[in-house]
Amino acid sequence: MSDAPDTREVILEARELTREFDGVKALDRFSFTLHRGEVLGLLGANGAGKTTAMNCLLGLTLPTSGDLFAFGLPLQANRIKILRRSNFSSAYTALPGNLLVWQNLLVFARIYGVPNPKKKIAELLELLEIPHLNKRVTGQLSAGESTRVNLCKAFLNDPELLMLDEPTASLDPDIADKVRKVVRKVQRERNIGILYTSHNMRDIEEVCDRVIFLHKGKIVCEGTPADIVAQSSSDNLEDVFIKIARDGEILDEPKKDPAS
Amino acid sequence: MSIRIISALVLRYLFLYTRTPMRLVELVFWPLVDLVVWGNVTVFIQKNSDAEFGGFILFFLGAMILWDVLFRAQQGVAISFLEDVWTRNLLNVFVAPVRTVEYLSATFFVGFLRILVTCVVMGLVSWIGYSFNIFQLHWWLVPFFLNLMVFGWSLGMISTALILRWGQAAESLAWAVPFFIQPVVAVFYRVEDMPAWSQPFAWLFPATPIFEGMREVMKTGTMNWNHLWLAAGLNVIYLTIAGWLFVWVLNMTRKRGLLTKFATQ
Ligand SMILES: Nc1ncnc2c1ncn2[C@@H]1O[C@H](COP(=O)(O)OP(=O)(O)OP(=O)(O)O)[C@@H](O)[C@H]1O
Ligand SMILES: [Mg+2]
Repeated sequence: MSDAPDTREVILEARELTREFDGVKALDRFSFTLHRGEVLGLLGANGAGKTTAMNCLLGLTLPTSGDLFAFGLPLQANRIKILRRSNFSSAYTALPGNLLVWQNLLVFARIYGVPNPKKKIAELLELLEIPHLNKRVTGQLSAGESTRVNLCKAFLNDPELLMLDEPTASLDPDIADKVRKVVRKVQRERNIGILYTSHNMRDIEEVCDRVIFLHKGKIVCEGTPADIVAQSSSDNLEDVFIKIARDGEILDEPKKDPAS
Repeated sequence: MSIRIISALVLRYLFLYTRTPMRLVELVFWPLVDLVVWGNVTVFIQKNSDAEFGGFILFFLGAMILWDVLFRAQQGVAISFLEDVWTRNLLNVFVAPVRTVEYLSATFFVGFLRILVTCVVMGLVSWIGYSFNIFQLHWWLVPFFLNLMVFGWSLGMISTALILRWGQAAESLAWAVPFFIQPVVAVFYRVEDMPAWSQPFAWLFPATPIFEGMREVMKTGTMNWNHLWLAAGLNVIYLTIAGWLFVWVLNMTRKRGLLTKFATQ
């Protein structure tokens, strides 16, 4: 995969994306592309810049410099058009806790203009194995349950582009496994491009086709999870992660430029 | 601008009000308490003054009800926004294809609904309890209502912009902002009864000519049309400035990267 160029359409692209906060660069000339139907993992230690990148790509935070494109369109000028074809879910947002699950999903289905919303909601609840939560109060759900409800929201508009910020944070291994499988299943069926962050290497190995390691806002290396492990002197992705988090490099003594 | 999106956002607030009846209590309870206090004051004054003044003094109740039009419209905007903050839903809304004007329109409409609920209750109670019939204002009620509602929306956007700028610590502004201007917009007294130096300030707000007009209509059955034009003109200016301020602050929060912090804190 790493040798043959990816010929699929590029649906998300950052060119030299830089974001400073009070003079400190959270992202430093970060460039990447995401293709249709590809799952790209964004990895890095706490504070590496993953969430900042996602926020810039969602138009929630403006870049200090650099250009962003989605579906070939400049992001800022086409925000609404792009957001119609995208969606987002993270462990840090919630749907209004005082509404019932179906009420929340119905509101967002209407916002996204989903045809036949009731049917779509029923399908998604079925898909995520949570039809029984339909009439529950959203705020009373467990973390794992509400993650899956959030994912329902994220799949409502059949997005072509999906951004998931730590979707499996705070899930038990069993539910995390289920969530991964569902994400992968829907992603394959609908050929969705996903930008995915996680601190769970199991997640990354199972879900991501390609990963980018960030360290202090800069790309340290990128490739398939297997490639990256092979490039490094480590046995697994978790060790690579720790190495990069501590030293900011993939190798003890750099032999070649891994990002080229 | 999409009606579908606006109605979806309004639906969310309707669900919220049906799910949490406490919100309705607040809509009805406080205005009632206010009304009863002013109603009793009115009765007291009526008993201790001549008949002509006694009839006129009922304007206290009219002022109470009209003030609530302004206040509820402002609350519709500011509290709806805070609901999204409190429930950590703001990000979901901002990453959905919702334009700022659609979001604001939905809050305007919620303001309108809040006014309806409060006014119906207050209108009934003041009529039954204190024989004050708000409909003695006849068709004048329509421009009064519209002007105060629109001014309430402007104040709502200003409150929301301030909260966005200063964070949740400034949350209480959602309730306080209308009361900052209450002393100068001549709700319960005439502009000419205000200290001379403060009178010019009174005419800077669209609410002032409405409250003046209300007393005029109650006394004479008609009012100076220039007051209505002044209110409408000022409202256009306020709405423009408030809308611009809101958008400006929103963009600034995006630029400073505070929107997400604000929405997930
Ligand atoms: N609004 C902000 N103001 C100031 N600094 C910020 C702001 N948002 C992010 N940062 C800083 O930018 C850097 C990157 O943060 P970011 O949230 O992108 O990291 P992350 O990779 O998502 O980390 P985590 O794994 O902990 O979620 C951090 O040093 C953070 O303190
Ligand atoms: Mg993060």
